[in-house]
Amino acid sequence: MDFTPTETRQMLADSLRRYLAEQYPADHRNAVAYDAPFHDPAKWAELVDLGVLHALVPEGMGGFGGTGFDVTTVFEALGAALCPEPVLPALIAANLLILAGQDVAPLMDGSKTYAAAWMEPDAPFALQDITMTATTSDGGYRLSGRKSLVYGGAAASHILVAARLNGTLALFEMQASETTVEAYAMIDGGGAAELLLDNTEARLLLADASGAWEQAFEATTLALCAEAVGAMQWAYDTTLDYLKQRKQFGVPIGTFQVLQHRTVDLLMEIEQARSITIKAASEFGGPESARYTSMAKHLIGRAARQVVEETIQMHGGIAMTWEYPLSHYAKRLTMLDAQLGDTDEHLSRLLAGYAG
Amino acid sequence: MDLSYSPEEQAFQAEVRGFLATHLPEHISSAVRAGGELSKEIMEEWHALLNAKGWLATTWPTAFGGPGWSPVERHIFEEECCRAYAPRIVPFGVSMLGPVLQKFGSKAQQDHYLPRILDGTDWWCQGYSEPGAGSDLASLKTRAVRDGDHYVINGQKTWTTLGQHADWIFCLCRTDPEAKPQAGISFILVDLNTPGIEMRPIKLIEGGHEVNEVFFTDVRVPVGNLVGEENKGWTIAKYLLTHERTGIAGVGFSIQALEEVKALARKLRRGGRPLIEDPLFAARLARVEVDLEAMKITNLRMLFQAQKQGAPGPETSILKIKGTLINQELRDLARRALGPLAAPMGVATESNLLFGPPDTGNNAARYFNNRKTSIFGGSNEIQRNILTKTMLEL
Repeated sequence: MDFTPTETRQMLADSLRRYLAEQYPADHRNAVAYDAPFHDPAKWAELVDLGVLHALVPEGMGGFGGTGFDVTTVFEALGAALCPEPVLPALIAANLLILAGQDVAPLMDGSKTYAAAWMEPDAPFALQDITMTATTSDGGYRLSGRKSLVYGGAAASHILVAARLNGTLALFEMQASETTVEAYAMIDGGGAAELLLDNTEARLLLADASGAWEQAFEATTLALCAEAVGAMQWAYDTTLDYLKQRKQFGVPIGTFQVLQHRTVDLLMEIEQARSITIKAASEFGGPESARYTSMAKHLIGRAARQVVEETIQMHGGIAMTWEYPLSHYAKRLTMLDAQLGDTDEHLSRLLAGYAG
Repeated sequence: MDLSYSPEEQAFQAEVRGFLATHLPEHISSAVRAGGELSKEIMEEWHALLNAKGWLATTWPTAFGGPGWSPVERHIFEEECCRAYAPRIVPFGVSMLGPVLQKFGSKAQQDHYLPRILDGTDWWCQGYSEPGAGSDLASLKTRAVRDGDHYVINGQKTWTTLGQHADWIFCLCRTDPEAKPQAGISFILVDLNTPGIEMRPIKLIEGGHEVNEVFFTDVRVPVGNLVGEENKGWTIAKYLLTHERTGIAGVGFSIQALEEVKALARKLRRGGRPLIEDPLFAARLARVEVDLEAMKITNLRMLFQAQKQGAPGPETSILKIKGTLINQELRDLARRALGPLAAPMGVATESNLLFGPPDTGNNAARYFNNRKTSIFGGSNEIQRNILTKTMLEL
C-alpha cells in the first residue's frame, strides 16, 4: 500500500501546476475562455511541448502514460487552474484512435487536433440513445443530421463521429473543413460546437465501435472526476482564506461556528471525492472499471454541488461576480456534473448492477 | 500509488483469517450475528481465546506483551474480525487503560495491572462523563480530596459502558477546584468493591442495558492509585482520546452492515419483485455504498499517513464523523427494508429471525442503538471543532 505518486508523475504534476500558475492566471483564462477560439493556441502548443498529451497515451503507442493515475495527474492539475485548453477532447480522441488502430503521433505532437462528436439532443449520456445513421454510396459513407456539444470543435482540424452503421455504433472521421462547425463558448468557459452534417462524406475507422466509445468515455469520465477534485480543492482553499480575511461584526467570519462546521463538511466531502477518484484510477482498465468510474462520477456530482453552493454562500455577494475567480470554478464544477453522465445517471447505472 | 496490501500483509491477512476460521466458536459468532447484547461470559471467552494467541492487546508494543502490530496490521485484524462476526474487543482495559499505564503509569502500576488486563482478572470501565459534563468534559465536578494516604471521592459518573460487568473504574476527578478547569483534574483508579460506590443501570432507547451511572459517596482510595501526577489528568484524558483512532471509521462494521442490507433486500419482496430492484430503495443503498467505498480509501490513506508519521493525525476526526454517518445510514436501511416486520422486540432467535441464520435480527433495535455513535467518543460536533482548529486553523 502506497499513496505517494511515482516520481515521474509528481514531476509532471509539479511542472504542469507551475506552468499553469505562471501562464494561466485567472484574468488571462477568462480573456480567452469565452471568445473564439475559446482557448489560447500559443499556450496549447506549450502544453503539448510539456508532454500533457504524451501522458495520456501508453508507452507502446508512443506516449509515456495512459494509465488511470496518469490521467488523474494531468486533469487534477488542469482543474486546479481551471484551464480551458481542449485536453479533454484530445483524451477521448486518443483513446478512440488507439482502439481503432490509428496512428496517434500527429495528435500527440499537435500537428492534428481532434474533437469527438457523439452527443445528440436526445442522447446526452448513453451510447445506445445515439440515432445518427450512416448511409453508403459508391463504397464510401455519408452522414446527415446534427451532433451537439462537440467539445473543442472550434479548434479541431479533425472530427471523430459516432453514428450507426447497420444498427451498430461505428466510428467515423472527417476533416473539420469539410463540414459546418458552428462554434460557441460554454457557460463554464472553453468552446464547443454544433456539427451540422448534410450528406457529408466520412471515413470509416471502426465498424463496431461500441466498446471503443465506452472505453474512451470511461477514461474521460475519470478525467472529469480528477478535474473536479482539483477545482474543488481550489474552491475550498480559496474559501478558507476568505473566512480568515473577511471581517463582519468586527471579527473574521471564520470565527463563526456555523461556518466552521459547514467548511469541515466540505473538507470531508472533498477527501471522500479524492478517495473514490483514486479508487477508480486504480481500477481503470480492469474488470470493475465501469462500476468504480460510475461510483466516482456519482459522488463527484454530489460533492461538487455542495462545494459550489456552499463556497458561494459563505463568500456572499463577491462570489456572484464575474470578476471573482470562484464564480468561474463554480460554473465549471456544476456543468462538469452534466458531462458524460450526471450524478443520477451514474447512480442508476449502479442500481442496474443490483438486479439479478 | 498502490492500493493493495504488501505480500507480507497478505500473508498476515491469511493467518488472521485462518485463526478465526479455526478458533472463533460458532456459538460466539452466531451471538454476534443476532445483533443483541453479548453476555459477559461470551466476551470473556473471546478475550481469553485471543489472549492465548497473543492477539488481545492489538495496540500494545511487544515489551508489554502486545503483538507489536503496525497500524495496517491492526486494520487487517479488525477487518477480518468483522468479516467473521467476532465480538468487538472490549476496549476499556485493553485499548484505553493499557496504553495510558504504559505511558504515564509507574513501574509498579504497570507490573500489577497490565497482566491482569490481559488475563481477564480485572474488567475495567471508564469514569469520564458526568450529568453536567458531556462534551464539556473539563467541567467535571466529581471531587477527590486528599486525606492522609487516601483520596476521598464524592460525585457521580454516567454513561459508564458495561460497568455492570466491571471490577475497576478509571476516573477523572477534580483535585484542585481553584485551578482552571483543565488544570485541576487527576486520573485515579478505583476498585468498584470499595464502600460508598453504587452502580445503577440506565435503560437505553431500545431497552438494552449497556450503560450505567455510578455514584461515589465518601469513597476512600489509596493515593497509590493516582496515575501520573496530581492535577495532570487532563493530559492523560487527551492522550487517551486521541491515542487509538485507526479503527475509528468502523469500516469493517459498515461492510458487514452493507452485506446484511443487501441480503435482506434480495430476500424481501415488494410487488412480487426483490426489494433490491425497487429503484427508490436501491438508490438509497447505492448512495451509501459509494460513500462506504470512498470511506475505505480515505481510511487506508490515513492509515498510510499514520504508518509514515508514527501516529494518526487530527484528520482522523473525518473518519469518526463520516464513518458513523455511513454506519447509521446502513442501520437505517436494514430497518427500512424490513418495514413493519422490524417491529418485534427482543433478542433475535430462530423464531423471530425472519429468515433464520445466517440473517441478522434486531434491526430496529440496532438502528435506535446506533444513534449513539455520533454522540459518544467525542460527538460529531466536537470532532468538527477539532477539525476546525487543526485542519482549518480557524
